[in-house]
Formats: sequence, C-alpha cells, structure tokens
Amino acid sequence: MALDLSSFDTDMLAGTHGEAAAFCMRLLTRFAEAVGAKEFIDIEAAHIDGCLYLGQVSLDFVEHLVRHKGRVRVPTTLNVGSVDLIHPELFIGAPEIGTGGARLMKAHEELGCLSTFTCAPYQTMFRPRFGAQIAWAESNAIVFANSVIGARTNRYGDFIDLCCAMTGRAPLYGLHLAENRRAQVLVEIESLPEEWEDAGPSCVAVGHTIGKRCGSLVPAIVGLPQNTQEDDLKALGAVAASSGAVALFHAVGLTPEAPTIDAAFQGEPAVETIRLTADDLRRTVRNLSTVPDGTPLTGVSFGTPHFSLTEFTRLMPLMTGEKPVVDIYINTNRGVLEQLAVRGWDRILDAAGVTLVIDTCTYLTAIMRDMSGAIMTNSGKMAYYAPGNIGVDIAFGSLADCMASARAGRVVRL
Amino acid sequence: MNEVVRVFPATLLAQGDAEAPVFLLLEPLSFWGGLDSATGRIIDRWHPQKDEIITGRILLMKAGRGSSSGSSVLAEAIRLGKGPAGIVLLSRDAIVTVGAMVAAELYGIACPVVMAREEDWAEIAAAQRLALQATDDKPLIALS
Repeated sequence: MALDLSSFDTDMLAGTHGEAAAFCMRLLTRFAEAVGAKEFIDIEAAHIDGCLYLGQVSLDFVEHLVRHKGRVRVPTTLNVGSVDLIHPELFIGAPEIGTGGARLMKAHEELGCLSTFTCAPYQTMFRPRFGAQIAWAESNAIVFANSVIGARTNRYGDFIDLCCAMTGRAPLYGLHLAENRRAQVLVEIESLPEEWEDAGPSCVAVGHTIGKRCGSLVPAIVGLPQNTQEDDLKALGAVAASSGAVALFHAVGLTPEAPTIDAAFQGEPAVETIRLTADDLRRTVRNLSTVPDGTPLTGVSFGTPHFSLTEFTRLMPLMTGEKPVVDIYINTNRGVLEQLAVRGWDRILDAAGVTLVIDTCTYLTAIMRDMSGAIMTNSGKMAYYAPGNIGVDIAFGSLADCMASARAGRVVRL
Repeated sequence: MNEVVRVFPATLLAQGDAEAPVFLLLEPLSFWGGLDSATGRIIDRWHPQKDEIITGRILLMKAGRGSSSGSSVLAEAIRLGKGPAGIVLLSRDAIVTVGAMVAAELYGIACPVVMAREEDWAEIAAAQRLALQATDDKPLIALS
C-alpha cells in the first residue's frame, strides 16, 4: 500500500518549502498510511480546531511551527479558543489556561490563520461551496459541511487539520470520494410530537439517536418536521457528532445530496432501517435533562454551536417583556456580533441581562459565573457534554421553554 | 514478553512496543469530554465505565467516537504519563492515531496503536494482558 506522492509533496518532505511544511508533511504522510489513503489531493480551505487549550501539547505543537516560520497555504478559519479575546474579563478559569489559551489563539494567527474563532465557520463568509474538497476539524463543523453544504471533508482532528492547512493537501480517502458518501441506514420518522411547534427538539432527538445507533455509517433521514431550517440541521448534526461519530447525514428533500431516497442511497439498498415514533423522540429529549422540571436554574445558555443571526432573529421577539431572573449566555462569533450592533440588538440583549460570549463557548471554558444550580439550554450538544466538561446539571428545552424558564427562575415547559 | 500463547497479525497505526493489562472499553469513548488527561479517568457520564482509569493499560476499543479534539487530549494524557500503554482498535481511527503520533513526535513517548482483525477480536478482548509490537515490519498483538 505505497503512497503515491506528487513532486510537490516530495519537495515539501525534502524541506524545499521550509521545515514547518516538512514537519507537517511528515505527519500527514504517516497519517495517510494509517487511514489507508493512496495519494493526496489539493484542498480549497481548512478549518482548525487547535485553538482550544487542552494542555501544554496544544501550545508545543503550534509554537514548533511558528518557530520554523510556518505559514498556511489555503484560506484557514479557526475554531473557538479557550478565552473570549473581545471580552477577556469574562474568563474566570485557571490562569495558565487563560494565558496559554490566549497565546495559542495568537500563535495560530501568526501562521496566517483567520481570526474567526467560531465553531460555525459555515455561517460566515468563509462558507465553502458545494462539492469543495476541504480539510475541516470540529465535529459539528464537519457534519454540517458534508451534510448541509455538500462540501467534502473527513473527520480531521487536532494537528492533522493544521498539517493539511500548512501543506494545502489532504489524503484522498473516506468522504472525499463520492462513493463513500452514499447513505447506508434509513431513518424513518413515523410520527412527531404534536405539542412541539419548534423543529429544534425533534431534530436534536433524531440527531442524538443516529449518533447512538448509526456508528460511523451514513444515515438518510425521512420525515423531519416541515418547518426544519438550517439551524435545526446544525443542531441535529452537532448532537449526532457528540453522541456518535456521524460525519455525514442526508435529510431527504432537505440536504443537497439527497433530493430523493434513491439519490441518497445512490441506488443501493439500506443495510438497516431505524423507525422512530413521537414517543421515542419525547423519551430521548427527556433523557437529555439531568434534572426534573421545576428545578431552580442559575443560568440559560444558547449558541452551542455558535448562534447565527437567524437564531437571534428568532430570539429577539422573546426578549421583550419581563426581565429574566437568571443569567443568560449566548455564544456567537465576531461576524454576528457586528450584525447585532448594526441592528441595535446588542443593547436590547444587554438590557435584558444577556452576556454575549464571543470567540469561545460556555460548555468548554470557565465563563458562567454561577453554576450552583442547573443550566438550561436548547442545544443537544451542550446538554451532552456540559455535565462532564464543566460539572453542571442540565435541563434541555426549546428556545421558548428556555426563555420562559429564565423568567421563572426554574425549569418550566410551555 | 514471556510465554506467548497466541499471536495475531495486526495493522500498524502508530509505532511502539507495549505490554500491559487490558482495559476493554464496553462502548466507544470520545477522549475529548470523556477522558481527563490529568488523571487518565473516564469522565463521560453516559459511558458505562465512568470513573475507571485507563492509565498504563492496553486499551481495547472497537471504534473511536466523538469530538475531533480527542487527539490533543490523548497526546496530553500521554505527555503527562496518564495515557494508555497502547491501543488496539477494530476499525481505523484517525483521531486516536494522530494523538499517539504527535506525542511520539514532540515528546518521544510511544503509545503504540494497532488495528486487529475482526476474526481475532473475541480472543483478544478476552485476554487479561497483551503485548503489542507495532513496527513497520510485521506488527502483531500477542496474548502474554
């Protein structure tokens, strides 16, 4: 299984393009062998998930490239970091994570990466085109790029994402190839809970289920709510990539590679069919909460993944009226923050006691001031990870449930 | 390696040698959000082996899972001496492979990663102790 290298690849390995590129190509070559790729392809863009300070190793790797004067070769966006560089005062965690995290973010910029610091790069001006070969990291970004946009990336992880960006090359395997993008599991939603107006909870329940039950097989989903929007598919993919290793799903009639069931399966039969009823969805959603209804709340958190302008548009009408009695945190990116300012929404949110968190995310890092009680969220991904990551109890609910609960100071359902 | 009973061919993913007691993961584990790199403890509340420690063990996992930040968590655990002694997979997993490769490249600490064959899995998973020889030439898994 020899790797067929181009002359450019060989030059990079030989150090013609500098030691940083050589180091990255060396790792990439061994990685390609490990995943069984035979050659590399050019990529159009990269998204790097290396800005989160996960320990000294995060910094050691990037500083090594900076020291060797490395530079990315394709447009490269950055995922969230450990600190909000716009509002550094929000960070209340350990000092070494604060300073190490901030340095890590700057070091990536020194390599030529763009200071997007968002887990939703697909909702910025750097959204890739349909069919683009890209090397993306961050599980929710990967599943969104593949599924909702139809760009092509594997589940690249820390280090290798940056190696692809530094070389402009990615190993040709997996989801870069059309035949591997074929659906294998048919997920049929037979009925939806009538009481749920919002498509969000249904999509989260389906996402959680496919993550648990499909492994790394590609599911095609039939029967999502009529009013499913891009942000609902974002939530679906994010939780599916948390509870499982889903890198691509098709939603028949909604996503670009699945205009029909047959197109999603590329004419092949399904290896398995999963049928879901309204009761299955209700049960899954109930299990996302670690506390019962009525539990006192100390905070509400939105924007895991980062809240889009469309999501703010849905939230703003719910901001009028009585002031919430608990802290509300909304994670979003710099581009959306600018748009909020243009609309004057930042002032309305501030008056309602909302803390906007930029460049990072509440489920990753020490930001929330009071975690003595439960936190409520409409994000399946936050609900999945926050208890383990930051040690809080979680209540999951729709956007409207979360806002009603923020006013009641305890978990209520509309 | 003393009194080798059975030897299975394997596919090399990350180089190194190891011999240690086995830790069989009952479900795939996302290292990120699932493993505390400072202690080697499983912290995923949904995982059936929550609170157990994988440090110094040969970790058997059928597949990887979850966030792509898992590579860093694994590499950091290895750097701190809290990582597994080696890893046996049943399907290729890039996140696991890269974490081990970077720890080797930056710190010179090996955590060999190999992929076993489906037909050997039951026997390997039943072992108390395994030896891994993850070299370019004839990588193998041995019951020891």
